[in-house]
Amino acid sequence: MTGTHLGMPAFPEAAREAVRDGVLRANLRHATHTIRDKRARAVAELADWDRLRAAGKAVKDHTLRHLDRYLLQLEAAVTAAGGTVHWAADADEANRIVTGLVLATGEREVVKVKSMATQEIGLNEALEAAGIAAYETDLAELIVQLGHDRPSHILVPAIHRNRAEIRDIFRTEMGRWGRPAPEALGDDPRELAEAARLHLREKFLRAKVAVSGANFMVAETGTMVVLESEGNGRMCLTLPETLISVVGVEKVVPTFRDLEIFLQTLPRSSTAERMNPYTTMWTGLGPSRGADGDGPTAFHLVLLDNGRTDTLADEVGRQALRCIRCSACLNVCPVYERAGGHAYGSVYPGPIGAILSPQLRGTSSEIDASLPYASTLCGACYEVCPVAIDIPEVLLHLRERVAQGGPVTRDGIRVTLRPAHGHTAERAAMRAARLLLDHPGALRAGMRLLARARRLRPRRLPGPGRAWTDTRELPAVPAESFRDWWTRERGNPQ
Amino acid sequence: MRVALFVTCVNDALYPRTGIAVVRLLERLGVTVDFPAAQSCCGQPQYNTGYRHEAEPLMRRTAEAFAGYPYVVTPSGSCAAMIREHYPRMGRKAAGEGRGTSLAEAADSLAPRVYELSEFLVDVLGVTDVGAYFPHTVTYHPSCHGLRALGLGDRPRRLLAAVRGLELVELPGAEECCGFGGTFAVKNPDVSAAMGADKTGSAAATGAEVLCGADNSCLAHLEGLLRRAGTPLRAVHLAEILAATEEEPLS
Ligand code: SF4
Repeated sequence: MTGTHLGMPAFPEAAREAVRDGVLRANLRHATHTIRDKRARAVAELADWDRLRAAGKAVKDHTLRHLDRYLLQLEAAVTAAGGTVHWAADADEANRIVTGLVLATGEREVVKVKSMATQEIGLNEALEAAGIAAYETDLAELIVQLGHDRPSHILVPAIHRNRAEIRDIFRTEMGRWGRPAPEALGDDPRELAEAARLHLREKFLRAKVAVSGANFMVAETGTMVVLESEGNGRMCLTLPETLISVVGVEKVVPTFRDLEIFLQTLPRSSTAERMNPYTTMWTGLGPSRGADGDGPTAFHLVLLDNGRTDTLADEVGRQALRCIRCSACLNVCPVYERAGGHAYGSVYPGPIGAILSPQLRGTSSEIDASLPYASTLCGACYEVCPVAIDIPEVLLHLRERVAQGGPVTRDGIRVTLRPAHGHTAERAAMRAARLLLDHPGALRAGMRLLARARRLRPRRLPGPGRAWTDTRELPAVPAESFRDWWTRERGNPQ
Repeated sequence: MRVALFVTCVNDALYPRTGIAVVRLLERLGVTVDFPAAQSCCGQPQYNTGYRHEAEPLMRRTAEAFAGYPYVVTPSGSCAAMIREHYPRMGRKAAGEGRGTSLAEAADSLAPRVYELSEFLVDVLGVTDVGAYFPHTVTYHPSCHGLRALGLGDRPRRLLAAVRGLELVELPGAEECCGFGGTFAVKNPDVSAAMGADKTGSAAATGAEVLCGADNSCLAHLEGLLRRAGTPLRAVHLAEILAATEEEPLS
């Protein structure tokens, strides 16, 4: 995955800043609560939600189990429809392929449909290094790009910004990239959207090359599917001459019919809409394309692995590949709500980011080793996930990998990881606690000591306990443990 | 009926009054309570932090301590969820690692016999009115593991609603996590405290005198925040409210 976020502080430090930023907290709270309440209502409308959820899970699991077969079928279908399929093992390879394809057209500008896969590989930066300007056309991505910022949400990348901030960004930055914002731009959402529309229209009409991702790829027909709300994606997918789609290998579904499930669950989970406003589907190059200028004359599909088949090799962790990137888990997560998306140091923030990033990137960096711990295991994410990813289960599984080490697949090879650095003291403490707890006699003696020293109890604790006493009072130590009360009242327990 | 009490390590060391309340309550309802001495911690702190191997001996100990009891009752949704949801998982993992099936067998034998207190009262004893008296305004925080992992539903609130003198007020955002999360509270102290402050803030805003919950770990975190902020609201375990009567009020 892209190196842009590496070298970030681990989650707890990154989150500390966010928690103290009152404006950010208010923006996030307002946005996530609004969308989560709307989602709950939209989901409650469907009497068969549980069955849709189970069906989505089953289709994804089946596809992942036979991924090789469906990808080959997809390749054949895309090729038969006039497209070209490229296989990219990692981010570098994908960037090389896309950059080469753009350069070959002679163009130095591309318009982009919002895509997590291209963010994951850091495509914009790679294109820039090759002298190619990439313009984001999704409204929120545009705000992020103009603001020299990073996305903080997978669906609403500028969720951390409020209207006044957006107006300021448009006013100062739009002119540097193309059509400037109107003088006297206000912060009314309609005014802001109109300014973006005019700015982007210029780009759409000029662009010869577009880069997109896809929400789904249908193996039997070779069809790519993009769901979006603004229609900007459809402009990119129909106007330019060359279309390059970069898609993670896990996005394939076997048949066109399978879309029936996800076209119901994805919009409701993500934007709380019954149906998303724009569903664009394209299959290679149609026979009439080119002649009447509707649709691209060249279509390239870059199938991206970048850690996915390694993740697939992990029995517990592979369920993360079912993800359809709806972002419901982010919107409902109390940790995400306080920490914000940037604290996760990954293009995938929130609960899904906490389980996907350490699998795609490995757990060797400090930020990746901290992500599985960026959760209270409250389970709200699992409850809302439309493909029933048991995120808490995967978090625990990855914590084990960090704390204890264990088997993992890297670049197709099974290796045994050693425990991550920095856990030595914790491991010793866990072991000591276990030894004590496994000897109730010693435990009882310890409790008695504690009870006798209860008046000496300090207000602040040293070491890891400090974090507790910085914000909270310690519970009072009772004069007698339960065990001792029982013995005094009832005699020795058996 | 005879049941074994799994008091949990946190209650044993820090909240003995919760265990005592469970004993009084169950005995008042005609249940004989045993306290198997070999019990200790369920291993949740180790397991949830990623030290599954350190949790295994504690799981074995717990399974052995409660062997032979058809009912094991515990005043903690979180520890009940550890045994019911994670023990079988740990057992399967150990078997998958080629370390035999004895752990899996121990887990599968214990898991279905473990009941969180409100489940035991409502589902096994079939009571919601336990004859308690508690003349106070109470708001209830359903801890996540009880709410989602065990699916306790409205059992605790039905029990509270049947307490004489008690006025139950709804807690806005009740289903949102309080931010404790075991070692999360220590590893991510800032986010944890921010979550807890929002929870105690909305609890205080209900005007209730008592914030009730069924997990003393969450309550310790919330009470710590309440006391630091000087809020008069008290955090009290469900068992203690249910055990309170006119003759023996909660002290
Ligand atoms: S993990 Fe589930 S809830 Fe989260 S983004 Fe993916 S599909 Fe949506």
